[in-house]
Amino acid sequence: MAAGLGSRKKQRFVIVGVALVVLMGAVLLVLFALGGDSLSLFLNPSAAVEKNMKEGQRFRLGGLVKDGSYTKQADGLTFNFTVTDCEADIPVSYHGILPDLFREGQGVVTDGAFDASGVFIAETVLAKHDENYAAPGTMPENTDGCKHPEERASSGP
Amino acid sequence: MIPEIGHFALIVALIVSLMGAVIPHMAIARGDTRLMALAGQFAYSQFLLASVAFGALTYAYVISDFSVLNVAANSHTAKPLLYKVSGVWGNHEGSLMLWVLILSLFSACIALGGKNLPLRFRSRVLAVQSALLVGFLLFVLLTSNPFMRLDPAPFEGNGLNPLLQDPGLAFHPPMLYIGYVGLSVAFSFAVAALMEGEVTPLWARWVRPWTLAAWVFLTAGIALGSWWAYYELGWGGWWFWDPVENASFMPWLAATALLHSSIVVEKRDALKSWTILLAIVAFSFSLLGTFIVRSGVLTSVHAFAVDPERGIFILAFLAVIIGGSLSLFAWRAPKLAPSGIFSLASRESALVLNNILLATFAGVVLVGTLYPLLLEAVNGTQITVGPPFFEFAASVLMSPLIVALGFGPLLAWKRGNISRASQILLPAVIIALVVFWVTIWQDAAGTFMTGFGIALGLWLIISVGMEINKKANFWKHPAGFIGRAKKLPRATWGMSLAHAGLGIILLAITVSEAWTSEALRLMKVGDSENVGGYDFTLEQVTPVAGPNYTAVRARFLVEHNGRFIAKLAPEDRVYSDPPMNTTEAGIYPTFLGDVYAVIGEYAGSDAWSVRLYFKPLISGLWLGAGLMAIGGLISLSDRRQRIGAPAGKKRSKRVLKPKKAGA
Repeated sequence: MAAGLGSRKKQRFVIVGVALVVLMGAVLLVLFALGGDSLSLFLNPSAAVEKNMKEGQRFRLGGLVKDGSYTKQADGLTFNFTVTDCEADIPVSYHGILPDLFREGQGVVTDGAFDASGVFIAETVLAKHDENYAAPGTMPENTDGCKHPEERASSGP
Repeated sequence: MIPEIGHFALIVALIVSLMGAVIPHMAIARGDTRLMALAGQFAYSQFLLASVAFGALTYAYVISDFSVLNVAANSHTAKPLLYKVSGVWGNHEGSLMLWVLILSLFSACIALGGKNLPLRFRSRVLAVQSALLVGFLLFVLLTSNPFMRLDPAPFEGNGLNPLLQDPGLAFHPPMLYIGYVGLSVAFSFAVAALMEGEVTPLWARWVRPWTLAAWVFLTAGIALGSWWAYYELGWGGWWFWDPVENASFMPWLAATALLHSSIVVEKRDALKSWTILLAIVAFSFSLLGTFIVRSGVLTSVHAFAVDPERGIFILAFLAVIIGGSLSLFAWRAPKLAPSGIFSLASRESALVLNNILLATFAGVVLVGTLYPLLLEAVNGTQITVGPPFFEFAASVLMSPLIVALGFGPLLAWKRGNISRASQILLPAVIIALVVFWVTIWQDAAGTFMTGFGIALGLWLIISVGMEINKKANFWKHPAGFIGRAKKLPRATWGMSLAHAGLGIILLAITVSEAWTSEALRLMKVGDSENVGGYDFTLEQVTPVAGPNYTAVRARFLVEHNGRFIAKLAPEDRVYSDPPMNTTEAGIYPTFLGDVYAVIGEYAGSDAWSVRLYFKPLISGLWLGAGLMAIGGLISLSDRRQRIGAPAGKKRSKRVLKPKKAGA
């Protein structure tokens, strides 16, 4: 390392130089990362179908748990259910502990990706019991022929 | 009646703040010292009025006065008293009240402790503080009045989100807010300095204790929040790069940078405009953080738009404060005298590097946090920027920082000697390299980052040790080592502890990420499961009832090679108001790591689903963060720091404080 740099100008030059290099590195980093896997979309089932999400492509899936779709596998820890927004249905499989407030007919937000057979393998499942505690805009609106969960008797798992 | 008194106090506080924001500047323009001195009286009155208002709201919470809308919406009679009180700041309106209270408290502290500041400067600072308070009071009164009445009053309140009903989270917001608002002092000092057109080493000495205090609280607040996430959310995770967490992390990064750059201003009269800019940016991050957390913009841009009044006020306020101070900076900063020269290998250069890396990291976190909001606002696409993005940025930007951190304290001001520093640090280099090698060689592929992380952590801890060793000269004269080490300035000890704390955090992150053992099982009473060498036996599952919840409590016996380690009692709680369930993990920290158990739902035929973990070294996270905070407090107790901060009388108290924070 050279000792004295001599002039103030040179010193400023070096500092600005290093700062620019780091900053450019950061910009590249951001561009690289924002184009890659670290982004995940939040989609409802029909948007997931429409976007034709590929196998292994991570996204968050939000919607209602379809009535009568919930089953538990023999190991007692793997669950299958269907997430619907009343227009499209997506089968979901989850290995883990479901939240207590998970119910058929209630809203869920899951995080995961499709496997080869088109089943959404969820890594996390969040249940939303009360609309007051759901993020606005994350739950499907009422549509004809698909009643809002509160308007029908929900049959719990 | 009491809520109306609170409301009235807020209005009077607004008037006093308006006067406090204008009169000192007029006094300075006229050179009227008696009028300048009035700034302190304004500050005391603001604090008094804010206390009355906050007290009124707290009273309404404690007696469950549901005729106050805010109380009805966020409280419940069955809540324990602690959560009735902490419920005050568990919502938008109340948290703003806390802001107002702490902001006015800091103003009063400046007025009280800043007696040795030049009167003119002190008045300027207090006037800027008052202007900030005007903004917040207007925001509270116009858009978020916590004293709004509800007629007819409901019989029962809605209750507080059960996740927030936890001792850790009860104190997390006040800590964090003291940190956030503490940065307002640095901001006001910076703006006042720009107005006066002069930044001196003395200025840096005044600002540093405040920044340091704010930083200590930010550090403790963030650590508390992370600890809460670890035991309350029941996933064993402790940091999610959630926008809410990022909102507190960005001011912390900026405050850390500010802390270091103001040393350069103080010791070497250099980096002046940069330091002023950092002070402005750090507080802007605080404002941004508070608002993105509190405005509802996070859950969805749509939610933000639902209440356009608040949104527009927030944006306008941010624009005025940030835009105004930055314009003032652009206008006045060139007037600041140019800075001293230093060589490439010097303490200054190391600190400049620290600042470049920390500021860039803060910028990257900002982009990652705001990008989803912008994208949703522009074309409605909802995305999340996930942990890989932030983790990658952290490893790329923080690794060089930590490498340089080993050298920094050993380099002299102005012109350092890298090869001498390298000689001193040789043991650290060797140990780090050996450990790196052993880690990689032990496990097969995929452990490069693990080895690298451990090596970096060790490097930092050992180089801190080497540095103390060198300063107290152990090798040459081992006899008086302890005496000499004791005589090192407190600021040196504070710095060393904080740096070592960072090293410990890094070790804890790396080791716990790499070698956590986890099991998800169905267990019946009497079943046993081995996780990471620890045997978890489910002994009992019993129903329990709390004040406002019912729960299932499991009891696990944990043994290691037949030796008793701990009994864990995780709970699965169901709250009634609002209806929601929470998990209370059962955790026992051992020297090697935490054993951690969570109980899930009843799976039929006497079996329960459970999640069991062994998380090696994870306590290091909170130990490290605690060391950082204690380091900050010790440094704060250094006599040389005391100028401009509340004066010497409290010395003994301050020295005692660290012990409390460490517990």
